[in-house]
Amino acid sequence: MPKVVIDKLVKIFGDHPEKALKYLEEGKSKEEILKKTKQAVGINNVSFSVDEGETFVVMGLSGSGKSTLIRCLNRLIEPTRGKVFIDGEDITTMDKNALREVRRKKLGMVFQRFALFPHRTVLENAAYGLEIQEVDRAEREKKAQQALELVGLKGWENNMPDQLSGGMQQRVGLARALASNPDILLMDEAFSALDPLIRKEMQDELLDLQKKMNKTIIFITHDLDEALKIGDRIALMKDGRIVQIGTPEEILTSPANEYVEKFVEDVDRSKVLTASDVMKPPSPLLMLKDGPRVALRRMKENGLSSIFVVDKERTLKGVVLAEEALAAAEKGEKTLDSILLTAIPSVSSDTPVTELLPTIAESKLPVAVLDDNGKLQGIIIRGSVLAGLAGQMDKGGTADV
Amino acid sequence: MSDIFKPVTDFMQTKIPIGSWVETFIIFLRDNLETFFDTATEGIETVIDGLVDILLFIPPPLLILAFAALAWLLAGRRIALFTFIGLGLIFNLGLWIATMETLSLVTVATFISLLCGIPLGILTARNKMANNVLTPLLDFMQTMPAFVYLIPAIMLLDIGVVSATFATVIFSMPPTIRLTGLGIRQVPEELIEAAEAFGSTPRQKLFKVQLPMAMPTIMAGINQSIMLALSMVVIAAMIGAGGLGGLVLRAISRLKVGMGFESGLGVVILAIILDRITQSLGKRNKKNA
Ligand SMILES: Nc1ncnc2c1ncn2[C@@H]1O[C@H](COP(=O)(O)OP(=O)(O)OP(=O)(O)O)[C@@H](O)[C@H]1O
Ligand SMILES: [Mg+2]
Repeated sequence: MPKVVIDKLVKIFGDHPEKALKYLEEGKSKEEILKKTKQAVGINNVSFSVDEGETFVVMGLSGSGKSTLIRCLNRLIEPTRGKVFIDGEDITTMDKNALREVRRKKLGMVFQRFALFPHRTVLENAAYGLEIQEVDRAEREKKAQQALELVGLKGWENNMPDQLSGGMQQRVGLARALASNPDILLMDEAFSALDPLIRKEMQDELLDLQKKMNKTIIFITHDLDEALKIGDRIALMKDGRIVQIGTPEEILTSPANEYVEKFVEDVDRSKVLTASDVMKPPSPLLMLKDGPRVALRRMKENGLSSIFVVDKERTLKGVVLAEEALAAAEKGEKTLDSILLTAIPSVSSDTPVTELLPTIAESKLPVAVLDDNGKLQGIIIRGSVLAGLAGQMDKGGTADV
Repeated sequence: MSDIFKPVTDFMQTKIPIGSWVETFIIFLRDNLETFFDTATEGIETVIDGLVDILLFIPPPLLILAFAALAWLLAGRRIALFTFIGLGLIFNLGLWIATMETLSLVTVATFISLLCGIPLGILTARNKMANNVLTPLLDFMQTMPAFVYLIPAIMLLDIGVVSATFATVIFSMPPTIRLTGLGIRQVPEELIEAAEAFGSTPRQKLFKVQLPMAMPTIMAGINQSIMLALSMVVIAAMIGAGGLGGLVLRAISRLKVGMGFESGLGVVILAIILDRITQSLGKRNKKNA
């Protein structure tokens, strides 16, 4: 069963939504409706579902309705029509008490401008959710403390929020959301107010945390890079409507319409990414003198199905596949000569990523990245292109060999 | 020419009996809530007299030191020094008893102002209707000449320290109501959202987020209320408040400029001490917030 289901959700801002709803059904545009009825369409007939443990990213330009959408999930904004189910329970028809219980137990929220309580210490901020559930002091401080440690803020408990940098403040925001151990995290542009380096760091950390915690995360952003990096699936919004939902790969490779295409193109063109930005360090490697047994052992140790072979100058000589190495080893062969594949897909380190995509798509093997002298710089496997696209902020950072 | 307008002016001169309405209303209050007013009178009188007794029981040098120490604690060394010298001067001028009387009345009046004003301020912040009703009423309370409050005060409570307190309360309450409401409304929307997103009840939101964050503004309101209460001392003395205001009145009636100045100086010193101390309380709150 999906964790969160959103069914034909509509939000109209204004005192008289009925007329606007009728126009919506007739397919009138947001502007037309605003002109005719003075009612603003926030979100328009949005449906999707999010699985447990999934990170679902909602992306769109300013004013596309992202914040409205995420606030309908915990009813900070009352939806005009449609349903929201969390664990199968309809949120939209709940009374105040039931809703409050869901907010307390199941939903943690992180805000764009942190929204920390300035009159409370870091620890008291992190403990807020538990405090209002009347968890006793020792218990809630323990849990808040654990949440703070999780986000790397040990030792800052007794500071006031304004003594912390932006990045640290948002860690407090994250800890506050995590402390009551909700299943679902709602993050509205949680990293947008941070400068690029800190932002990248927070993204990495969120990914790390998510590996440990396996929360269901609904993450809002207007930044495609962030969406690609963090999202298991991405929904693209425009004028309150969802234009496409898909995995990062689907969004990149088969944009549903011009709008998405433009979004995706913008990324490529604005920051020309090259092979060296998305490659991984090429290790482990084999030397020419190594035999099939060494090859097998290295692959086994590292969980690989193929391994590159180089000479002393790191010039690429070929690649060895696991099954062939096994066969050769059983035959008692001492050298790699018979099994060395030399027809390796390779690109130079300054090849733009857009041109890499076909090569990668065609090849079962990792793609080798060579410099001008044929020396091996790194390798590219399919996944790392996407990771690289998303992680391009730190151009060359982790990709150095 | 004037004949044409005669019916109109005649009509316009048919007096609307606002005055007698108010009178009827006050008499109605007096006749029907007599026991309430009697009990209130007794209660407030007891408290004020008790406070005066305590303040006068303590030897003045000791009390001066105690006030200076309090000022030091709350507002720092300079204010403490001022308190010490100022109160010393008051004692020296023979104004001690009158000052303690005034201080007691102002303290009790301010306390009642806060007791009613803060909840009303909260109400205006949370309820649009209440705000729409109270705002013009507050404008009215603040612009109506303060002397006018003396009449119903005497009618309801008879001449004496209690009706003086009543008039002072009415006159000094508006800033507390206004600034409490303002402080709460000024809490950033995002923080309200955060409080709600984590499942706060309206009460938790009020006590854990809105009020603490509004505290500096509320303190500014309290400060203004105290100052207004002090500005009422002479007027309140006309209906039996006694204290420094009483001395000023006496000086006026006897045209004794020196005595008038000295008593006035007492009011000023008291005002400065209370003002600086409550202001720095507000600032301290802001620092914490
Ligand atoms: N309280 C409101 N009253 C009227 N219209 C509103 C209100 N809140 C949002 N809207 C409108 O709804 C639409 C969606 O707004 P929303 O804040 O959800 O956009 P967003 O995608 O979060 O944008 P941003 O990236 O700027 O945060 C906008 O056209 C906005 O003008
Ligand atoms: Mg937004």
